[in-house]
Amino acid sequence: MSKIHVSAVVNGDPVDFLADPRESLLDCLRDQLGLTGSKEGCGTGDCGACSVTVDGVLVCSCLVLGVEAEGKAIGTVEGLSDGGTLHPLQRKFIEHAALQCGFCTPGILVAAKALLDQNANPTETEVRYWLAGNLCRCTGYDKIVRAVMDAASEMREAV
Amino acid sequence: MAKDEIKSEYRLIGTRPNRPDGLDKVTGRARYGADMTLPGMLFAAVVRSPHAHARILKIDASAAVALDGVKAVVTRADFPTGLTGEDWNLQENSMAGDVALYDGHAVAAIAATSRLLAEDAAKLIKIDYEVLPHVIDVDDAIRPDAPVVRTGAADHSVPAGSPPNVVKCLDFGHGDIEAGFAAADLVREQTYKTEATHQGYIEPHACVAQLGADGKGEMWVCTQGQWYIRRMCAAVLGIDASGLRVTPSEIGGGFGGKTIIFMEPLALALSRKAGGRPVKLVMSRSDVLRATGPTASASMDVKLGMTKDGKLTAAKVNFRMQGGAFLGASPVGEALSCALACYDIPAVQHDGVEVLANRPKAAAYRAPGSPMAAFAVESLLDEMCHELGLDPLDVRLKNAVREGVKASYGPTYAKIGLVEVLEATKAHPNLLAKLGPNQGRGIASGFWFNHGGETSVSLAIGEDGTVTVSAGTPDIGGSRASLALMVAETLGIEYEAVRVNIVETGALGVNEPSHGSRATFATGKAAVEAARHAMAEMCRRAAKEWGIDEEAVVWKDGAAMPAGPNAGKFPPMSIAEIGAKMGGNGGPISGHHETNADGVGASFGAHVVDVEVDPETGRTTILRYLVVQDAGRAIHPAYVEGQYQGGAVQGIGWALNEEYVYGANGRLQNAVFLDYRIPVASDLPMIDTVIVEVPNPGHPYGVRGVGETGITPPLPAIANAVAMATGARIRSLPLSPPKVLAAIKAKGRG
Repeated sequence: MSKIHVSAVVNGDPVDFLADPRESLLDCLRDQLGLTGSKEGCGTGDCGACSVTVDGVLVCSCLVLGVEAEGKAIGTVEGLSDGGTLHPLQRKFIEHAALQCGFCTPGILVAAKALLDQNANPTETEVRYWLAGNLCRCTGYDKIVRAVMDAASEMREAV
Repeated sequence: MAKDEIKSEYRLIGTRPNRPDGLDKVTGRARYGADMTLPGMLFAAVVRSPHAHARILKIDASAAVALDGVKAVVTRADFPTGLTGEDWNLQENSMAGDVALYDGHAVAAIAATSRLLAEDAAKLIKIDYEVLPHVIDVDDAIRPDAPVVRTGAADHSVPAGSPPNVVKCLDFGHGDIEAGFAAADLVREQTYKTEATHQGYIEPHACVAQLGADGKGEMWVCTQGQWYIRRMCAAVLGIDASGLRVTPSEIGGGFGGKTIIFMEPLALALSRKAGGRPVKLVMSRSDVLRATGPTASASMDVKLGMTKDGKLTAAKVNFRMQGGAFLGASPVGEALSCALACYDIPAVQHDGVEVLANRPKAAAYRAPGSPMAAFAVESLLDEMCHELGLDPLDVRLKNAVREGVKASYGPTYAKIGLVEVLEATKAHPNLLAKLGPNQGRGIASGFWFNHGGETSVSLAIGEDGTVTVSAGTPDIGGSRASLALMVAETLGIEYEAVRVNIVETGALGVNEPSHGSRATFATGKAAVEAARHAMAEMCRRAAKEWGIDEEAVVWKDGAAMPAGPNAGKFPPMSIAEIGAKMGGNGGPISGHHETNADGVGASFGAHVVDVEVDPETGRTTILRYLVVQDAGRAIHPAYVEGQYQGGAVQGIGWALNEEYVYGANGRLQNAVFLDYRIPVASDLPMIDTVIVEVPNPGHPYGVRGVGETGITPPLPAIANAVAMATGARIRSLPLSPPKVLAAIKAKGRG
C-alpha cells in the first residue's frame, strides 16, 4: 500500500512523515518521528498510555490514523516541559511517588494536563473520572490523584 | 525531604527523596522494551493457535516466504529436540510442537522488513489442525473421564490410578488432626473457588533480539530478571548462555509475569535464521492475555475447628489448582504453605493436587498462591467468628503467630510482626466509621514468605567522590531510590551522590530476578556489603597517605579518620579527596558482594475494607480501604506505601471484576482490556496505609520486603464485607454484580 505524505506540528515543531494508511498516529509518532514517550498498552483505546492531544483535544493516539494528523497540532509527553523546566504535573508526579514502573505515566500526564487546561480546580471525584480511561496497574491511583490535585493547587496559586 | 515521624536513628533511611529515574520517566525519555530501534532491524509477527487443543497437521509458509521483504519463518522444527523438565516446558510454551495446547499457543513466527509486512505475511501462513477435545475448568480437568491434556506429564508424587490430568500431589502437616477437631466447639467445612487472573502490567512483552550463526547474540528486553531469562533462552535454543548478552530495558510492570520467557526465543530464532539481523517482537495486548501470565485457577476445601472463645484447634486444607498444560506451573505448593501461615494452630493438614488444563502456562503473580488460599481460609474464619459472635480481629489476634512459633508450613518463625500489625489495625480510625444500610466491613490477614536468593552487586568510587552502583535487579517500583538511600546511609554521603545503574548480564555475576519481594532486601543487603568493602579499601588508602597502620583508620560521616593513638593527628580525608587521589595511590576503588542472601524476614499484613452493595444491581463500591503491613524497615516510605496500595488494588480487581472467561470452544472470550477490566481510578477511594516496622534482624537496616503480601488480604476482606452488607456469603470469585445480585435474590427466596 503506497504511503501518504503528512505534514503536522508536533510539540510546536513542524514535521513531515510518510504514513501507511493503516498506521495509527501512535505508530507514526513512535516509529516515524522517534517520539517513543507515548506508549502502546493495548492498541484498542482502553488503557490511555498513548494519550496525546490533537488540536488541543485529548485522544488515544492508537485510535487515530497517522494520516489524520495532516495539518494538525499534536501534543505529546515530550512537549510537556518547557525547555529545562518541568510542568508542575511532572514535578508533582516525582515528588508524590505517583509512578512506579512509569509506563502509564506519559499518558496520564498528558491526560491530566488536558483536565487542568479546562478545569483549574477539579475535585478528587472529577480527577478520578477524568483519568478513568488511563490504566495504571502499579499504584492503585492514590498517589496519582494526590499529585494531580497538588499540581492544580500550585498552578492556581501561581496565577 | 521531610523525615517521617517514624523514630529512626538514621540520617537518610526513612526519608522520601525524589527517585533517581523520575525525570526520565515523566519526560518520556525512559526507554522500555518496545522503544529500542537498531540498524537493519526486522519486525516479527507470531501466528497463534485459535484452538484450545489441536493437533498441528501441516504448516505451509510458502506463500508468506514468497513475499519480498520476508526474511525468516520459524516453527518448532527450528528448535533443538531432547529437552526435559522445565526447559522442555519453556520451549513447548514458546512454540507448540505437534499439538497446540491452548488458545493463543504460538505455532509459527515470521520476520520481515516492516511490522505491517510481517503482519500481512503471517496471515498467509496456512496451518491445518485436527481439533481435539479440551478441558478448561479445574474441577472438570480433575475428573477421571476428562479430555487428556498431555500424557506422561505427571511426576513421581502421583499415585497410580489417579485421574489422567493430575500431575502432582502434595501432602504435609503436623499435630494430631483428629484430636484437634475433637477439641473444637465449632467445626465448619466449605469449598471455595477462584478464577485465573492476569498480572495486567500495562507494558506488553517486547524485545529486540539478535543472534548469529556462531551462537553469539544480544537482546534488549523488558524483564524482571536478565540472567534467568538468558539461561531459559539459551536452553530453549540450544546455545551457551554466556554467548547471549541480555540488557534489561526499563520495565512497564511485571508482578511476576516477566520472570520467565514467552516470545523471546522466537525473536532470537528468527534473527539466527535471518542471517543475524536484529528482530523486534512486540506482543499485542490480546497476545499478552492469551499467551502470557496468567495465574492459576483454584478449587479449595477448608475445614477449621474453633473453641467457643475463638481459639483455632485444627485446620485442614485441600487445594486443587490448574496452571495450564504444564507441570509445575501452578502455585499449589505455595498456596498450601501460605494458607494457615498467619495462625498458631496445634494440628494442621495440607493436601493438594496440580491438574493440567488447556490454558497458557501460569506464571508467578504477586505472592503466588497466597491470595487464593487466603480467600478460602480467611472467608471461613470470618463465617465462624460471626457464627460464634466473636470479633474477627480479636480472633485473629488470639491465634496470631509470633516469634518462636512453628509455622504451619514447617519452620519456626524468627522475629515477625503480625501481632503488631493487628494491634495497629485495631487502633485505626477507619474501624470507628459508622456503617449505613447495604454497607459492610471486612477484615483479613495475609502472608508472604519473602525471598533472598542469588545476588551480585558492585559499586565504584568516582574521581569526584560520587558512587556508581551496578545492580542486577530491574527497578519496577523505585528500587534505585531505596538502593541509593542504603548505600548513601552506609557511606555517610548524600543521597544524590549515589547513582544506581541496572546492568546487563555481562556486568555482574548471576542475579535472580526482581521477584519474591527481594530487590530492596537482597540487592540492598549486598549493596551495603559492597559499600563496606569499598569503605575498607578507602581506609587503607588514607592510612597509606598518612603513613599509619590501616587498623588505625575508621570511616565516619563520609570520610576516613585517624583513630586510636593517631586520633586527631590528621584532618579527615573525604571520599571526594580519596577519589581524586586514587589513580596515583593504588588505582581505582570499587566494592563488590556476591551472596545467596539469607536472613529473609517473613511478611504479614491486615486489610480492612468498607463496601456498599447496590441491592438492585449487585455492584460493590469500595468506600474505605486500609492496608496495615510490617515492612521491617521502610527505606523509602512513599514507595512502600505504593507497594501496599498497588497490591491492594490488584486484589480488589481480583475480588470484584477480573477473571478469565472461556467460551465452550475453549477460546478466551475477554482478551482485551475493555473486557478484562482492571480497576480504574473512578472505582476507588484513597487507599489508607499504615507502615508497621518490626525490623528484620537478617538485614542491616531491618528490611523485610514489601511487594507481595498486599495482594493477599483483599480477596477475603472484600468477600467478608460483601457478606456483611448483603447477608449472602459468596464462595467463588469474582464478586461480579450478576453473581452478587443472584446471591442476594437467593437469600431472599431462602
